Amino acid sequence: MTIDSKAFGRISIEDKQLIRFPVGIFGFEDLRNFALLDAQQAPFYWLQSLKDAQIAFVLINPYVFRSDYVLDIPEDDVRAIGSPEADDLLVFSIVTIPQDRRLMTANLQGPIIINRKERLGRQSISLSQKWNTRHVILEELQRGA
Amino acid sequence: MLVLARKLDQRIMIGDNVEISVVEIKGDTVKLGIAAPRSVKVYRYEVYEAIQAENIEASRTPAGDLPDLGDLLPPDSGAKGS
Repeated sequence: MTIDSKAFGRISIEDKQLIRFPVGIFGFEDLRNFALLDAQQAPFYWLQSLKDAQIAFVLINPYVFRSDYVLDIPEDDVRAIGSPEADDLLVFSIVTIPQDRRLMTANLQGPIIINRKERLGRQSISLSQKWNTRHVILEELQRGA
Repeated sequence: MLVLARKLDQRIMIGDNVEISVVEIKGDTVKLGIAAPRSVKVYRYEVYEAIQAENIEASRTPAGDLPDLGDLLPPDSGAKGS
């Protein structure tokens, strides 16, 4: 199908890229239908709202820059997206990109979890105090290297 | 919003299985005890607010080139995605 995206304008996507968020995400509870798109640059992705082309979130796989990341979330949240097997559970962090793009941050405290098989997603909240909403990606990548 | 005044050691029942008690009152701080099944999530409100605020901020990302993480990335960072 064809959708309007913030990053790429009008594009064609496959059904498997359509993800339903039954309760939206925090602050955007009315946005239930999204498309998961590869960004032009790995390892980023876009979570594009199908309702409003101007609303799209940059996502990154947290393990890419924090190999020690642990997804510690309530079992209920995993159940709410259909209890995916480990291989079908996708974990992403929403990225905030300020004026100076090198200072971009990732929200590790509120991960986005997606059941790749059922194409269901939600935003969860970490039970661990270790993660906050603003991890500076470049800094933490360099620290890990 | 239902507003109830409680004294030290008094309790509130929410639904069938959530219990809140006033455990300690010290100066301007009230310590609350929350007894609930593991399936009921309990968070400090600031955490909700912070995540909501961060989502709103993140939604403002202009389209355009994303930073190139290049050589900093570990190998095989294509990872799970589409």
